[in-house]
Amino acid sequence: MIDGPALWLFIAALGAGTFALRFVFLGLIGDRPLPAWLLRHLRYTAVAVLPGLVAPLVVWPAATGGALDLARMAAALVTLGLGYATRNVILAIAMGALTLFAGLALFG
Amino acid sequence: MGRTTPERHSVTSQTTKSPYWQGVRDGAPFTLVIVPFSLLFGVVGTEAGLHIAETMGFSVLVIAGAAQFTALQLLSDDAPTLIALVSALAVNLRMAMYSASLTPWLGAAPLWQRAIAAYFTVDQSYACAVLKFEQEPRWTVPERMAYFFGVVTPICPLWYVFTLTGALLGNAVPSGLPLDFALPITFLAMIGPMLRTPAHLVAALTSVALALALAWLPYNLGLLAAGLAGMVAGAQAEVLIERRKERGT
Repeated sequence: MIDGPALWLFIAALGAGTFALRFVFLGLIGDRPLPAWLLRHLRYTAVAVLPGLVAPLVVWPAATGGALDLARMAAALVTLGLGYATRNVILAIAMGALTLFAGLALFG
Repeated sequence: MGRTTPERHSVTSQTTKSPYWQGVRDGAPFTLVIVPFSLLFGVVGTEAGLHIAETMGFSVLVIAGAAQFTALQLLSDDAPTLIALVSALAVNLRMAMYSASLTPWLGAAPLWQRAIAAYFTVDQSYACAVLKFEQEPRWTVPERMAYFFGVVTPICPLWYVFTLTGALLGNAVPSGLPLDFALPITFLAMIGPMLRTPAHLVAALTSVALALALAWLPYNLGLLAAGLAGMVAGAQAEVLIERRKERGT
């Protein structure tokens, strides 16, 4: 992993880029309307990036050297299912962690 | 902010409270989300080998949980820096959408206020603000700004404080804990509530399928392809679903 000045440059760039995204319309564009197609794509950014990021981590966990792991898979399904059904992020995290501990104790 | 007279403060009815204090009250429940989330980022940051100042740098300069976790995950996997940066910024593209949707309400405020509001535009402040502004269409721009900063007051300072707490506690966490899976669980818990419509589901499933199918690509390019395809798929699904509704089927 990068460290020192390279890491600080990364943090600063991410901070500046994120601020730019937050400022772009409120600060620069004013109240001119935006094209509908752009807004439509922006609506799906988080839900298009995060699942793609997390899927390989669930299917090929680094901790098991990439082998499918029953405890981690069960924890993932419980977390996602509870998050979807209850919309309660903290409850989903807590029950997912509990499932992981139980699964590791049972199969690990 | 003409409503902040002492008489008004002594009245308990919520409709006469100043917009600022209404914002504080509406933001307060989110501390339940902010505290554990920022604590976890601090712990994971220290576990990943970051110095306390670096972990705090993320939380103060970026102040966006999902993007911070994304960046940390990709950097720990030794993904190329540019890929990590683009992926984390992609997670934050929704901030541009928030910015666009706040503009009709706050666009007339002075530039310095809009700049500060932009920095504090997070999921919670945005969600509270647009809801409230629609309910109170007669509020003036200063009243809207006061409400916005009221929502931010119980949320953002705690984000810094508990990132620091987590970073300090990081080394005290027992080494046997399966922290490798803290990130996936956190993300999965956040993804669940995002799947509000069939179009969101289509975007997420497209992203998962492509991320797994393209995992062999170098430089984590598979994730970028999956993200782009997910966005397009979600937008297209939305158009199709709307058309079907218009046809009345």
